[in-house]
Amino acid sequence: MIGLGHYLTVAAILFTIGVFGIFVNRKNVIIILMSIELILLAVNINLVAFSVYLHDVVGQIFAMFVLTVAAAEAAVGLAILVTFFRNRGDIAVDDANVMKG
Amino acid sequence: MISLQAIAFYIMATTTILAGLAVVFARNPVHSVLFLITAFFSAAGLFVLMGAEFLAMLLVVVYVGAVAVLFLFVVMMLDVDFSQLREGFARYLPLGGLVAGILTLEMIMVASTVATQGAAAGSTGPDASGGADVTNAEAIGRVLYTDYVYFFQAAGMVLLVAMIGAIVLTLRHKPGVKRQNIAAQNARTPATGMTIVDIKPGEGIQE
Repeated sequence: MIGLGHYLTVAAILFTIGVFGIFVNRKNVIIILMSIELILLAVNINLVAFSVYLHDVVGQIFAMFVLTVAAAEAAVGLAILVTFFRNRGDIAVDDANVMKG
Repeated sequence: MISLQAIAFYIMATTTILAGLAVVFARNPVHSVLFLITAFFSAAGLFVLMGAEFLAMLLVVVYVGAVAVLFLFVVMMLDVDFSQLREGFARYLPLGGLVAGILTLEMIMVASTVATQGAAAGSTGPDASGGADVTNAEAIGRVLYTDYVYFFQAAGMVLLVAMIGAIVLTLRHKPGVKRQNIAAQNARTPATGMTIVDIKPGEGIQE
């Protein structure tokens, strides 16, 4: 019988994969953004699992809002990435620490 | 005897996790995006398994249809040598793996405790319709458009701001492109728009 714990375990593993991805790919912004999407997906799985097992639909509504914010974040993040690439011709973030225009 | 539901769960959970790992480990970012799509698709399958069909479809439409394709556009548009971005990968791998392993173990322990002793421990099973005898989409609609209508409108505002922000960030004014200037067009009078030249017979127009 598949219970709440199974879904929470999947979400936990997916969350750590996302954190791990940010940790090891710290130069590549695109992979970092995709890792953030993985983390938000794990959060969504958690919200939906609790919503379904507590018989309360509000969790799914919050998952929907997380989805909205994730989509907005991806759009703005990629726009910043494109602008960054235009200005520097590179997307290595570890030397993006100079705040001059 | 494993039930059909358990088989479906294990297939989709394994696919999600393997695809998530492939996103992080893939050498080619285009492959990463494709594995991200796989992860979202199988996560949508998990949602269906739990009975949250509406969110599953939303995940497919929003993530696979919009966000992942946006990623694909950007990855293919940027002309970057991705191999040099991978340097340091092997250096951070052991420590990152250790931290991730500890984090996973701790989170699984917390999750199993919550699942067996938390508020949802005595749950009679998955029910995505919130108890009432309605479908999942109807149950969400009933709550979303009544109790959470301001949050819903705020979500729309977030999307609007993100859209305008993305356009403002990437918009580039090219010099030398001819554009229509409506104000100047409307301000034209016969005095500014034409000149009357008195032409003598047989001479034509002289510059």
